[in-house]
Amino acid sequence: MTLYDEGYARGAQQADGPLRPVGLDVAPGAATTHAVMSEQDLLTVRHAVRSATVEAGFALVDQTRIVTAASELARNAYVHGGGGSLTIEVLGHGARAGVRLIVRDNGPGIPDLEKALTDGWTTGAGLGHGLGGARRLMHEFDVDTVVGQGTTVTAIRWNNR
Amino acid sequence: MNAPRPSAVPILRLGDVLVTGLLNELDDTSALMFTDELTERIVADGARGVLIDVSRLDLIDSFVARTLTELATMARLLGARVIVAGMRPAVAITLVELGLQLRGVETALNAEQGMHALGWQQAPGSSRGDSYDALR
Amino acid sequence: MSPREDATRERLHDALRERHEEIADRWVRLQLEQTDAAELDEGQLRTEAAQLLSALMDGLSGDTPVRRLVASHRDLRACVMELSLHRARAGASPTDTSLAVLCLKEALLEAMQYTTRDTAELFAAAVLINRLLDAAGALSFETYVEGREEIIRRQSRQLLEVSTPVVQLWRHVLAVPLIGTLDTARTQVVMESVLQAIQEHEAQVAIIDITGVPAVDTAVAQHLMHTVNAVRLMGADCVISGIRPPIAQTIAQLGIDLSTILTKATLADALAAAIRLTDEPTLGPGSEITAAAR
Repeated sequence: MTLYDEGYARGAQQADGPLRPVGLDVAPGAATTHAVMSEQDLLTVRHAVRSATVEAGFALVDQTRIVTAASELARNAYVHGGGGSLTIEVLGHGARAGVRLIVRDNGPGIPDLEKALTDGWTTGAGLGHGLGGARRLMHEFDVDTVVGQGTTVTAIRWNNR
Repeated sequence: MNAPRPSAVPILRLGDVLVTGLLNELDDTSALMFTDELTERIVADGARGVLIDVSRLDLIDSFVARTLTELATMARLLGARVIVAGMRPAVAITLVELGLQLRGVETALNAEQGMHALGWQQAPGSSRGDSYDALR
Repeated sequence: MSPREDATRERLHDALRERHEEIADRWVRLQLEQTDAAELDEGQLRTEAAQLLSALMDGLSGDTPVRRLVASHRDLRACVMELSLHRARAGASPTDTSLAVLCLKEALLEAMQYTTRDTAELFAAAVLINRLLDAAGALSFETYVEGREEIIRRQSRQLLEVSTPVVQLWRHVLAVPLIGTLDTARTQVVMESVLQAIQEHEAQVAIIDITGVPAVDTAVAQHLMHTVNAVRLMGADCVISGIRPPIAQTIAQLGIDLSTILTKATLADALAAAIRLTDEPTLGPGSEITAAAR
């Protein structure tokens, strides 16, 4: 279920599957996985995501967007999901680079996804799951949640400048 | 009543204004301890104003935003004005896109202007940018 | 992999090892002959050739299938990409860029002729070289296109920045006169440059003048709102001026709420308002925000 579509024309276009030569998609060893089991892990994860965005060549504002989204998602996994993991992948290179975040937890799942995605927007004080906010900061956003089994959020931001 | 454990964030008093600053390495527990300590100090020191310098934060997520909003609300109830100073451009853009507005929180460009707004006058002859640069 | 392919691969590897310099030299010559020599620097070509051939030799000594060799061998891939990017940036044509790889085929085939006279073996070698270098050709072309796209993106970004100047209008007052159509990309650039300028100039008020903007849609209005909110978070304030009657009509019809934003009809009115705002030091820049947000 893809939930995000908000005027990021170039990002969306790239998401449709650009022509890429073999081997340009993911540089070998570009994916790293970090545990999100403690408050300290939340800080560690931010540093790791920051480094990945720098490596992918993102400008400062985009770096901040991605690290903030990662912080929201990791905190959800820690607070609501009882801990989990965050995987960071650097996609492509140069001006076509992107960063993919995959946040998994084995928590209770989200019963009403639509509501969880709008909460942060309406209350405006971070009282929701922070999901809606994270979605607005990324170009592609996908939530896979099963009540009683856990939640996996996959989010991508492209460097479209 | 138990006094809160001192948090890792220093809080300075200048007259009736409390001055403090947040760092990136602040974890959730320390943030909550900081909130407790600051509200205690507002009462204990009879503070009329609180300046929170955020110029060193390279991100503000919903947790930090909520901490700031709650601080401002509590301080107002206790009769003190809270000014959040020195937010970086990238942080401000991200916070707005995240959908957070920091309702009820006053802001200033830098610590010096924040102090100015809280009734502190700058020393004559000092350049407006000095204190801000020194903080970075 | 068939034994025949193994043997051919080994022969190509040996040829590269023994005739390294000859092949490099031949390759460079072929490129200089067939392409517009003015654009290429011979020294650069020789360096490229030496690096690529040694990477190729290293790759052939491993056991990655030839079809995937260029894509998966790190150094080899880097060499091909660098070679293509270099040409893209130097302004070489796409034809010249693909010729570079095609010339290498020729140079390698010639070298193989010295190692054997057997037609079947030579045919096998030709097939192998084609498989190997067709992948290189594809990668080269893709990289070339990307390199050009990157240049275009950079130029359009520069153009955006040039077309949205932030000027200091008064002490602690900045203005951004916007002219032409606003789209998402441009409003993002405007937002970033305004905030950056506020920090640099310690400005208290930023005026965004949209007199020269022909139309405002929902997306653009939302970006303007974002900009105003971000400016306030930084501790400054924002005035929007020059909303012409048709735009005011659109905004009203779209139901966009700009009520929390200070708007003025003309840049002159906005400047007057801005000066008043900066002249009230006791108010503090934040007070406006609190009032507006409540």
